[in-house]
Amino acid sequence: MTAPLLEVKNLSVVFDTEGGTVHAVNDVSYTIEAGETLGIVGESGSGKSVHVLAMLGLIPRPPGRIVSGSVLFEGRDLLKLSEAELRNIRGGRIGFVFQDPMTSLNPVLTVERQLIEPLTRHEGLSRRKARERAVELLDLVGIPSADRRIGQYPHQFSGGMRQRVMIAIGLACSPKLLIADEATTALDVTVQAQVLDLVRDLKKRFGTTVIWITHDMGVVAGLADNVQVMYGGRIMERGPVRSIFKQPHSAYTWGLLRSLPHGETRLTKRLYQIPGQPPDLTEPPVGDPFAPRNPFATPRCFTETPPLRQIEGMAPGHQVAAWYDLPALLAAEQGTER
Amino acid sequence: MIRYLLGKLAESAIAIWGVVTIVFFVTRILGDPSALLLPIGASPEEMARLQADLGLDQPLFLQYLSYLGNIATGDFGQSFQFGRPAMGVVLERMPATMELAFTALILGTLLGVVAGTIAALNRGRLAELVVMLFALLGQATPVFWLGIMLILFFAVDLRWLPTGGYGTPAHLVLPAFTLAVFVSASIARLLRSNLLDVLKEDYVRTARAKGLMPRVILVWHVGRNALIPVVTMIGIIMGELLGGSVVTETVFSWPGVGRLIIQAIETKDFPVIQAGVALIAFIFVVINFAIDLLYGLLDPRIRERR
Repeated sequence: MTAPLLEVKNLSVVFDTEGGTVHAVNDVSYTIEAGETLGIVGESGSGKSVHVLAMLGLIPRPPGRIVSGSVLFEGRDLLKLSEAELRNIRGGRIGFVFQDPMTSLNPVLTVERQLIEPLTRHEGLSRRKARERAVELLDLVGIPSADRRIGQYPHQFSGGMRQRVMIAIGLACSPKLLIADEATTALDVTVQAQVLDLVRDLKKRFGTTVIWITHDMGVVAGLADNVQVMYGGRIMERGPVRSIFKQPHSAYTWGLLRSLPHGETRLTKRLYQIPGQPPDLTEPPVGDPFAPRNPFATPRCFTETPPLRQIEGMAPGHQVAAWYDLPALLAAEQGTER
Repeated sequence: MIRYLLGKLAESAIAIWGVVTIVFFVTRILGDPSALLLPIGASPEEMARLQADLGLDQPLFLQYLSYLGNIATGDFGQSFQFGRPAMGVVLERMPATMELAFTALILGTLLGVVAGTIAALNRGRLAELVVMLFALLGQATPVFWLGIMLILFFAVDLRWLPTGGYGTPAHLVLPAFTLAVFVSASIARLLRSNLLDVLKEDYVRTARAKGLMPRVILVWHVGRNALIPVVTMIGIIMGELLGGSVVTETVFSWPGVGRLIIQAIETKDFPVIQAGVALIAFIFVVINFAIDLLYGLLDPRIRERR
């Protein structure tokens, strides 16, 4: 077996604030194989974006601080690289697509300028060559009359078109890994579907490895090979999409899936809502972070942090961090209801 | 764009009309200049003759109408003091004012931009504290006091520079520096806070995620956006300086427009006051217009809306 493209080991990130130390990411470990699409799901503050930004030096430091861990990318530990070395990787070997292209594109620079920047920086292209390549890229992401529109400013593009520009920027230098942070969140549902189609298509053509960060389980279902559910800065469950959607083993994943509208329930039932509030991460976390909101929590959940382990009888790679056996508990509940 | 320009032009005309009207009526409140112009003990007949010569015997409203008619043709009347066309008297003083204004502006802008950038990039460090302390002092120190202190130190004690007057580059140093201190302090404070805001923007993170060099990010992605409000401020300051820095010009005996207008007020030289204020209003309008155009260059969204 070849080495994975990205290997995150025991990554912990904190933010030093006036209100105390926020433990944003706690002991996160996972790997991504080349060509894989990993969907990272969680609510705001789950650490899903922060841990990715942190490992590439994109969180403000201070207040952010990486406390421990290693992140191997193509055999090199990103956390040990200097800022100059990281700069060479960012935008080159690793591309980014950010949320809300309205604010993520610079309003006073033309699309051309913003798109050729990574090309001249990483590929050493001349301005003219870079412009040609940039037009090709816009064409590739489905922007009509790219040659004319490239000279325009972001505000002259619609939201969906702006997101396409963002994707073109992320893919400019044919990165090995593309990280998309809530890339479709700010878009209308129909535009979102178009953009997801585009990403699927590009992935197929270039074999790019993708980390797709979102809070939307629906998006993940249509795009990812594997899902990783995060909560309170920890991985709660991860595994192949099918396996997780078929039989979630973490009460948090179960709650997320139940709160998705589908089929008849869309009209007839109130959507499920996970009770309670996200955890206050200024306290050092003890036990399972979801325990206070979890109707199935056991006493052990409050005192001891469950490790991520393979679930017996499920697809290989389907792992959960839970002390309780969710399918058994759900079955028992249904039994008593009848 | 043409509609926009016409609108601007109309706006400017109204602004200038407003200013010349206000200054006309305010100068009349100063009192009758004929008493000052004639030797003590002049007869009432002499008074009346002078008033008739100056047109001051007419009803106020008629005076106003002929005044408006005259300035429409560029005629601001004869200076009571100098007996020459008032606008000519004012324009003669413009080169001195412009020399001082532009020197101070360029010096102050350079200092302010450098200081503001240093402060923003050293957030929370000693460098920021030092720069901001000086900027606060620079803004809070009264210009006349700073001017006098500089004269006492560099001109009286050290004898390096002249105490005042006009002519050589050495004469320019102290007044230009005095004004530049205030200019740079204002710009440094504004630029620092703008830079800190822009540094938090998502597009700066995008620029960093592209692996761009810090220098490129600072100049192209942060600087362009942070400078837009600073340009407005520079415009306002330029207008103020070109209108004559009354206090500085007086402290350093600089023969500029500001000092001229003060003298004209003291001697109730109505035509000179009116010409001076009209010129300042005109300069303000022109600068405002230039700033507007510059804004469009810096921010494509504004260009679009026109």
